[in-house]
Amino acid sequence: MENLFRNYGEAIAMILFIIGFANLLLHKNLIKKIIGLNIMDSAIYLFLAEKGYIAGRGVPIVVDGVQSVEAYINPIPSGLVLTGIVVSVSVSALMLSLTIRLYRRYHTLDLDEISTLLKKEGV
Amino acid sequence: MSKLKPQKEYEKTRSFRFQRWLGGSRDPYVGQIEMQPQTPMEMPELTIQERLRDSQAVRDKVYDIENNKKLNLFRRIYVLAAIVYCAGLAVILLAMVASLPPTGEANRPVNNEVSARYIENGLQETGAVNIVTGMILDYRAFDTFGESNVLFAATTTVLILLHMKKKKNKEGKVEEIESDRLLEPKQDAILQASATVLVPIIILFGIYVILNGHLSPGGGFSGGAIIGAGLILYLSAFGFEKAKKLFTEKLYKGVSFTALTTYCLAKSYSFFTGANHLESHIPLGTPGAILSSGLILLLNICVGMVVACTMYTFYVMFRKGDF
Amino acid sequence: MTVFQCVLFGFLIVCAVSVSFSKNLLNSVLIYMSFSLIMSIVWVTLQSPDLAITEAAVGAGITSLLFFATLKKIRAIDTRGEQEEKEVFPGLNEKNIGEEVSRRE
Repeated sequence: MENLFRNYGEAIAMILFIIGFANLLLHKNLIKKIIGLNIMDSAIYLFLAEKGYIAGRGVPIVVDGVQSVEAYINPIPSGLVLTGIVVSVSVSALMLSLTIRLYRRYHTLDLDEISTLLKKEGV
Repeated sequence: MSKLKPQKEYEKTRSFRFQRWLGGSRDPYVGQIEMQPQTPMEMPELTIQERLRDSQAVRDKVYDIENNKKLNLFRRIYVLAAIVYCAGLAVILLAMVASLPPTGEANRPVNNEVSARYIENGLQETGAVNIVTGMILDYRAFDTFGESNVLFAATTTVLILLHMKKKKNKEGKVEEIESDRLLEPKQDAILQASATVLVPIIILFGIYVILNGHLSPGGGFSGGAIIGAGLILYLSAFGFEKAKKLFTEKLYKGVSFTALTTYCLAKSYSFFTGANHLESHIPLGTPGAILSSGLILLLNICVGMVVACTMYTFYVMFRKGDF
Repeated sequence: MTVFQCVLFGFLIVCAVSVSFSKNLLNSVLIYMSFSLIMSIVWVTLQSPDLAITEAAVGAGITSLLFFATLKKIRAIDTRGEQEEKEVFPGLNEKNIGEEVSRRE
């Protein structure tokens, strides 16, 4: 249990993940679902960045030619998350454009109404 | 058009076919791939009265809780199951966090010899002062290439989904399919005056962030997003007509294609010379100067251009459905 | 630093919860925007300024803009339908659509 308080950053990341997941499951509105998915993304990035963080060490930019491992944090999670953030934008843009197409066809954002209309069309 | 050969002979050459493909006048795969044009879906043209009644009926059916016990039960079970599932997942994940080694200590298994190698030898091998940039654009450049392609693919999909052709009605006028263009902001004096000052500064800052990617925090991704934001501000302040002169479909095609191809060729060079990125024949220069660190500056510019075009195209497609 | 970080994490959780409880869609998009901004400060405290710049430009800037554009587009599709409806039923509002339709039958 005390380990949970020591790893508070990672615990917060997991709580955010659960909040986003509940948002995704329980809301019927498509746009709120997409926001929930974005929150889940951010939570995972926070978890990864917490893994690379080392207390008392600096940004991985070489200053004054110091190149010892003791001076800098782990650069690998930063690099992974950097590419992930940009991909998450394209994912949300794709989902939003699909939402616009659905709205243009069915004139509603409610997932239940859309599925009822789909049943009526025989899909 | 060729001046050396007559037209008929020229039409048999590959360059003619390539030109025709590039110009989009004929698809070279037509007839070679099993591909059938989709039959347009028959949508019965409803009158407005019918449509209103339909939507009202659907709303009644979905939210008719009193008379629909089965639906009501299903909904309750769904909510209950979702909450139980989330709680269970939360317990599992928090137990996982509790059994992890403590955060912020140096001897976690994450901080192994790979990161030590990047930190200790990164400056000599890549020439980049910013170790993160050196990592993603030199040691793992292939990864970043794939990611730029993901951006390009996402833009293409959004173009397919949201592109709207202009319909011409009987009088020959271009009909506005969606009235969104009519909701275009009016010529706002305050917004225009502040945009005149801000847009050049934002774009200049984006260029600065891209060019200093190997020296300071930032790089192609963030700088490209900043430039895209500046272009979006220009679009919303000065209207669609002026932005159309600045950024056309042709420019988007040219810039993305050039940037992705340059990236691909630049990195294939390093694969041809041993593929381990260690023996680069490009001088690395003095660390700290703008013109240093070999190919990283070029790759940063390529990534920045792709990201800027992607962001602007997303916004334009969402707003107008057309360039 | 830990106190500052804890305050930021508290803000993050408050933002994430209030996204799902706000009735208005525009409000929840705005709250998501502030979530991204707080996230970019968290990256600075975690010693990764690369991520901070990218998150501020991409997460808080472009993603929220795309959400706003989507809401605007949806309103545009709606207003087009409403104009047609108003031509058929003058003096129509959301509540009496059902009555109006059934009365006209």
